[in-house]
Amino acid sequence: MAEAQLKDDQAPRKLAYVNAITEGLHEVLKEQPEAFLAGEDVAGAGSVFGYTSGLLAEFGEHRVIDTPISEKGIMGLGVGAAATGCRPIIDLMFMDFLGECMDEVANQMAKMRYMFGGHARLPVTVLTMSGAGMSLAAQHSQSLEVWLTHLPGLKVVAPATPYDAKGLIISACRDDNPVFVLLNKLSLALQGEVPEGAYEVEIGKANVLREGKNLTLIAYSRMVHEAMQAADQLKEFGIDAEVIDLRSLSPLDTDTIVKSVKKTHRAVIVHEAVRFSGFGGELAAQIQELAFDYLDAPVGRVGAPFSPVPYSPSLEQSYMPNAKRIVAETRRLLGV
Amino acid sequence: MTIQATDAVLLDIHERMVRIRIFEEEAGKLMENGKVPGALHLYVGQEAVAAGVMAHLKDTDHITSTHRGHGHVVAKGGQFNEMYAELYGKAAGYCKGRGGSMHICNMEIGMLGANGIVGGGIPIAMGAAFSKKFRKTKEVAASFFGDGASNEGSFHEAANMAALYKLPLILVCENNGFGEYTRQDNHQAIVDVADRAAGYGMPGVVVDGMDAIAVFEAAGEAVARARNGEGPTLLECKTYRFYDHVGVRGMGLSYRTDEEVDAWKRRDPIKLLEEKLIEQGISTKRKISAVHKRVRDEAMAAIKFAEDSPLPDPDGLLEDVYYEKA
Repeated sequence: MAEAQLKDDQAPRKLAYVNAITEGLHEVLKEQPEAFLAGEDVAGAGSVFGYTSGLLAEFGEHRVIDTPISEKGIMGLGVGAAATGCRPIIDLMFMDFLGECMDEVANQMAKMRYMFGGHARLPVTVLTMSGAGMSLAAQHSQSLEVWLTHLPGLKVVAPATPYDAKGLIISACRDDNPVFVLLNKLSLALQGEVPEGAYEVEIGKANVLREGKNLTLIAYSRMVHEAMQAADQLKEFGIDAEVIDLRSLSPLDTDTIVKSVKKTHRAVIVHEAVRFSGFGGELAAQIQELAFDYLDAPVGRVGAPFSPVPYSPSLEQSYMPNAKRIVAETRRLLGV
Repeated sequence: MTIQATDAVLLDIHERMVRIRIFEEEAGKLMENGKVPGALHLYVGQEAVAAGVMAHLKDTDHITSTHRGHGHVVAKGGQFNEMYAELYGKAAGYCKGRGGSMHICNMEIGMLGANGIVGGGIPIAMGAAFSKKFRKTKEVAASFFGDGASNEGSFHEAANMAALYKLPLILVCENNGFGEYTRQDNHQAIVDVADRAAGYGMPGVVVDGMDAIAVFEAAGEAVARARNGEGPTLLECKTYRFYDHVGVRGMGLSYRTDEEVDAWKRRDPIKLLEEKLIEQGISTKRKISAVHKRVRDEAMAAIKFAEDSPLPDPDGLLEDVYYEKA
């Protein structure tokens, strides 16, 4: 990764996504005395995904707090504590549980600063787990990012790599606004370079992972890796694809997207969420508004079908977007 | 141990109640005369609750409120100029015209906002109480809400967590007998909301919400418990709103009788307290009239201030959506 500061005599350190999350939380709890981590099973159990493992032992029960299974309560805790001098890190175990606390998120957290005429400041970070692929079925596998990106007042980031997971968590916790960090459960074992110590990944800045000439693939979260694979496969069809990892959905790095599309003249957007009314609709609209004259083909979108996430592995595999489908959709759009 | 109200405290509570009453009477007129935009939910009749509780709180203690929130702001120390300006949607308002009646707040005096969502403030107050304990202060948080809100999940989750973590929180249920237009016996099977406290392992206390002294004494115990690290209390104050759910006459829906309203008005909390002040020689009719006049004059001047002050600059529409480093 470009941002990694590596010593010349040292091989880059590799870390799994899950451990990168832990390191990010560790750095924040170390540097911010007013930060605490609260959520279901984050203390004693180290979280059901393992990413808060060891934090209780190091920071104690005052800083790492198990909560009841009460998402309204947990999210309200984050809002009230943030408004009164703390820097809460709230763990919402599965993104699907947003429905249990949407008032606290949408009507309170997102709007308090504005409604109060700028007199409130809410430095609260929410970690939550998204994505399918583990046969957890319809209520534990969703990608509901547009529920959040539609809300002015929130920032929403979705790290695809271990490096970004750690850096975005640190940036989120240093931000004085509510930030949702959307993690991905199928990426937990993914290995990647992660520097030691604290570093930030700028919120609102996309990452051009691969440069290309005649197609821009725009993705975020785990779909970034599928897009990279698709880019490799598209070479044999004469397509030299650029791949953009958005990293941040709100604020959105529109400049990087538009600059790329003006160069490549074609764009395909990839996300795991249901395609209909998905974030890709917003991206496609912005591209046509800002780069219409540069487009040589309709803007494509690859996403999940209009269906709940299924349970059976065979159904789930057919539900989730992948490199093969990105290649197929690109070829269809470009007629190659 | 009951904290007795001194003469000075009783006069202070009385002044807070008169301030609420007059603020609301004038606000009601402004709404009914079409002078202010939006909907106002007025607090007239329930003044003893806000005043009796707030007499124990400092600026560093935080409260959350309801859609019927003006009374809580006034009792916490909110100033008429900024309050009326906010109702008018003016730039000089507490929320710079971005919030209005249902989101009126003042962070400087620990007022974390009225709240347009029934039950919305309760988890936030619990979070503020958590913050106070986390930061090892002696401060407390109080959440005001109605009988209607006690049926929201947010109440139950916050109550459970407050008791679990022994947070310095006072849950003040203003049971005015109605969830919007639905009578209490038509929205819950219990008579005393305070009964719900037992289910969470905290004391539940019922008090006459028209008796400011009774509210002050009961709130004193709850606040002392909170400051001493003994955890939350659910304090239910039986009260009544004299005006409609919204505005003064409201939409004219027939959901209660004039006889019922009149019966409660005979127990007007301000009148009850004034009778005591006079009877006990703490004040006189003349002094009380002077308080009313002084507050009325202040309200009229504040309304003039609000009317004369400018609307927010439309170019500033997007300010304050996010905090941005200077």
